[in-house]
Amino acid sequence: METDTIAAIATAMTNSGIGIVRISGEQSFQIIDKIYRSKKSKKKLSEAKSHTIHYGYICDGEKVIDEVVVLIFKAPNSYTMEDTVEIDCHGGTLVMRRILETVIKYGARPAQPGEFTKRAFLNGRIDLSQAESVADLINAKNDFALESSVHQLQGSIKEKVKEARKIILHEIAFIESALDDPEHISLDGYGGQLMDAVDSLSLELENLIRSSENGELLKEGIHTVITGKPNAGKSSLMNVLIGKERAIVTEVAGTTRDILEGQVNLDGITLNLIDTAGIHEAQDAVEKIGIEKARNSLDRADLVVFVVDASTEFDRDDKEVLSLLGNKNVIFLLNKCDLVQVTTEGKIRSIINEKGMACPVIAVSAKEGTGIDELSRQIKEMFFEGEVSFNDQVFITNVRQKSALLSAIDSLSMVKDSISDGMPEDFYSIDLIEACNALGKITGETVGEDLVNEIFSKFCLGK
Amino acid sequence: MPHVTEKYDVCVVGAGHAGCEAALACARLGFSTIVFTVSVDSIALMPCNPNIGGTSKGHLVREIDALGGQMGINIDKTFIQSKMLNVSKGPAVHSLRAQADKSEYSRRMRMTLENTEGLVVRQAEVTELIVEDGAVKGVKTFSGAVYYSKAVVLCTGTYLKSRCLYGDVVHNTGPNGLQSANFLSESLKEHGIELYRFKTGTPARVDRRSIDFNKMQEQKGDERVVPFSFTTNPEDVQIDQASCWLTYTNGATHEIIRENLDRSPLYSGMIEGTGPRYCPSIEDKVVKFADKERHQVFIEPEGLYTNEMYVGGMSSSLPEDVQYRMYRSVAGLEHVKIVRNAYAIEYDCINPRQLSPSLEFKNIKGLFSGGQFNGSSGYEEAAAQGLVAGINAAMYLSGKEPLILDRSTSYIGVLIDDLVTKENHEPYRMMTSRAEYRLLLRQDNADLRLSKIGYRIGLINQERYNWVVEKEQLIQKEVDRVQHVKIGANAAVQNLLEQYHTAPLKTGTTLAELIRRPELSYEALAEIDLDREPLPHDVAEQVNINIKYDGYIKRQVKQVKEFKKLEKKKLPENFDYGQVKSLRIEARQKLNLYQPINVGQASRISGVSPADISVLLIYLEQMYRRV
Repeated sequence: METDTIAAIATAMTNSGIGIVRISGEQSFQIIDKIYRSKKSKKKLSEAKSHTIHYGYICDGEKVIDEVVVLIFKAPNSYTMEDTVEIDCHGGTLVMRRILETVIKYGARPAQPGEFTKRAFLNGRIDLSQAESVADLINAKNDFALESSVHQLQGSIKEKVKEARKIILHEIAFIESALDDPEHISLDGYGGQLMDAVDSLSLELENLIRSSENGELLKEGIHTVITGKPNAGKSSLMNVLIGKERAIVTEVAGTTRDILEGQVNLDGITLNLIDTAGIHEAQDAVEKIGIEKARNSLDRADLVVFVVDASTEFDRDDKEVLSLLGNKNVIFLLNKCDLVQVTTEGKIRSIINEKGMACPVIAVSAKEGTGIDELSRQIKEMFFEGEVSFNDQVFITNVRQKSALLSAIDSLSMVKDSISDGMPEDFYSIDLIEACNALGKITGETVGEDLVNEIFSKFCLGK
Repeated sequence: MPHVTEKYDVCVVGAGHAGCEAALACARLGFSTIVFTVSVDSIALMPCNPNIGGTSKGHLVREIDALGGQMGINIDKTFIQSKMLNVSKGPAVHSLRAQADKSEYSRRMRMTLENTEGLVVRQAEVTELIVEDGAVKGVKTFSGAVYYSKAVVLCTGTYLKSRCLYGDVVHNTGPNGLQSANFLSESLKEHGIELYRFKTGTPARVDRRSIDFNKMQEQKGDERVVPFSFTTNPEDVQIDQASCWLTYTNGATHEIIRENLDRSPLYSGMIEGTGPRYCPSIEDKVVKFADKERHQVFIEPEGLYTNEMYVGGMSSSLPEDVQYRMYRSVAGLEHVKIVRNAYAIEYDCINPRQLSPSLEFKNIKGLFSGGQFNGSSGYEEAAAQGLVAGINAAMYLSGKEPLILDRSTSYIGVLIDDLVTKENHEPYRMMTSRAEYRLLLRQDNADLRLSKIGYRIGLINQERYNWVVEKEQLIQKEVDRVQHVKIGANAAVQNLLEQYHTAPLKTGTTLAELIRRPELSYEALAEIDLDREPLPHDVAEQVNINIKYDGYIKRQVKQVKEFKKLEKKKLPENFDYGQVKSLRIEARQKLNLYQPINVGQASRISGVSPADISVLLIYLEQMYRRV
């Protein structure tokens, strides 16, 4: 747990500048040797001196991934006091992800939240006075990571992973019951049967990786929440942005009772759009739930688009929304500019000033489609100036989950090897348990009591 | 003033399988010891199944023997049939199981106890625990006699406030109609010990003469018997063996049971205790596995000098008349005569969370406990804990570090760690699936794993120790040699391979590579291994296993290395985790409740997350640097 090799992206997940992938642990140099190719020489980085910089390429086998600069730090002269490699690459999210995945493929494990800092502290690098904050950070970050994996893992994928794990657990329980009670339960001919089950499981998991685009299990992108009072035109805006009728648009306030989502790509920047129910003093119970969800998604937003209805007064409901924004990045959108302007741009600016906020205000008509280009331009500007960025935990969770799926597939193929090598049945469960544990990392479950319960509930043991 | 007062180093309460091992360990380590039992005639009684060992339990017996306990030796002298289970599977799950002559087993153990120097056997019911200033001072018996001691080991089994039930009949007794212990529970509660109520059950015993064996399948013992004890000469256990018999329940049996379920105290709510899922009554099996058309029934002799037979697989608490009808519906038991009724038994035991892994109570110094009292089930589980509790009482008296076996060393370690670390809601039974490193914890290498520890404690003599050291060297030397022996694709080799139905060689290889083929083994290749020197059978066996499963073994060794890192990080005693604000609240509460001895144990407590463990590590480092 403490000396294995970990890797993570050390820079923010924005599409600009330089990206850094950091590796720390005993195998750091072995890994970089396998994936680094120098432009000129054939030198191995494991033989390079500490604190040296090397220019070359990161490759996965024959495939070149990116042109990079690699920094070598030998233990104990690094942040973690372990052998450390830093790969400075182009800042594109796709490139950084590919490099991280390659590093993991060749033997590193995705770092847990706060793990570099934890190692730095445990190895004596960080001052005692900082210990509390390191400890706080670990639990806070883990809670967040857990939350993002649970909340954002797309429903169907999670179900499929759970289902696969359940099947594996059942097979383990069967083997174990037979081992515990050989006189009651026989394993004759079981190998062939398990082979079939494992084959179809591997296929299922491989499909899962393939079908989720680029292994993206969670929705990545700038978490953009569209909010405002009822009937301000949030759903119309969403539809214009997505370019299709997704939200139900009516003139009755409170139509969007749940949260609607969509993804748009603005010149390479992915926006994860979330249309929420209008926030107001709701009467009906269903609506209240929708509003509660809207508040929650505001908490998780990277960017908030606050839609204000120019044709009505800036009223109590608007003020309620305003009070929920905190210090989020907000764009005020003055909608329905094609109608009579009751609330003007000037009025909005003075409200913003009063609150001590500094937010852009854009006049649009979602219905006519005017001002939308200006909105796109504004979002891009905020992104490239670094005001808004991806939620990097989502990204990291993706890498982690893909690597968990891959290691489950690996373990299953070892089960197949054991079967075809004619190993005794108790050896099958060694790798089945590993596969089950790997999938458990995605669903948040561990083998252990689970297995014992499965044995007792499905198989009749007894003296 | 009480009329009798005596002084000992250790009082052991109970002389079942746990109490016997505890008392023997203490006395053998030089401490004056008294062991109490409600009936001297019932020392090491086997009130349920007539066998010792079985899957994973066989491992425990081997380990007890390797540490210097008595169970293995005792069963080797009193078994009447023996079988190595799972021989068609890998070596990790081979398990020995022997049928015992119950009364012989009990008599032999009694003889051993009575002839151990420094050990006193006393028939008396212990009613009170004497505790002063958080340390145990001795016990008081029903007669008012006081026995002072510096350590006490509680091994009360199923006797605390026990009740036996079938139908609407309740006997306020322990197993087999023996006197139950009705007072000690209250005294334990007064000292702040938290009690649970568990239940278990046993089938009827029937008269051999009333059974029609022609309708059953005979189950014989192994042709070549392997002894339990590493000290037993294998030639001494090649005896004439008794047979067991296999028959089945059927639709009619299940019908009788279903019709009368409302008369079972388990279903009517008369029994409040929690029963084990792995050892269900026949009622439970019929209800829970309703689609099964039949269940196996094993008819096993209770001994050589009795006609009583144990009806394995049909434990029950149904009324007497239903028992008759139910048993008589089974093929071969049509005219069966019951000698003893089946019954369920409930009893007080402790929540083992109150124990540290040394089996000492966390809040009462010098008080240890083992066996069913700790919430386990089974003779072997009991004996294993009794041995560890006894050893640690002795370590406590001599001011030495307690013996704590971790999960990577033994099934005993897994058993105790599970008991003291995990929520336990039913009598705990050992299972091979509970041991995560089971490929390393084989029954065949228990001596290599544990006898050096037994020697250091003082229960294994110099001769045994020397043999283990020599055996290790012989194994290592031969494993090294075999890996370097080159085998060419010559006619003699190809012939041998053909004989074993395995593919011929295309090119030269090593002997080790050939041993790894599933069809072959170290012994099978003797004739083409020209430089081989004769080795004892148990050494050759180790060489074979080490070569054959080398890849898997290495993986587990690596996992153990990782596991040990957290086990080595000690946590302070009686620590207030409430101070560590970065821990989540649930983790703080659980850690305060369990007070784990190291970070590894902490990580196994449910409700403590990996992130909490990181926080603990940081906290420990912080404390360490402040000092």
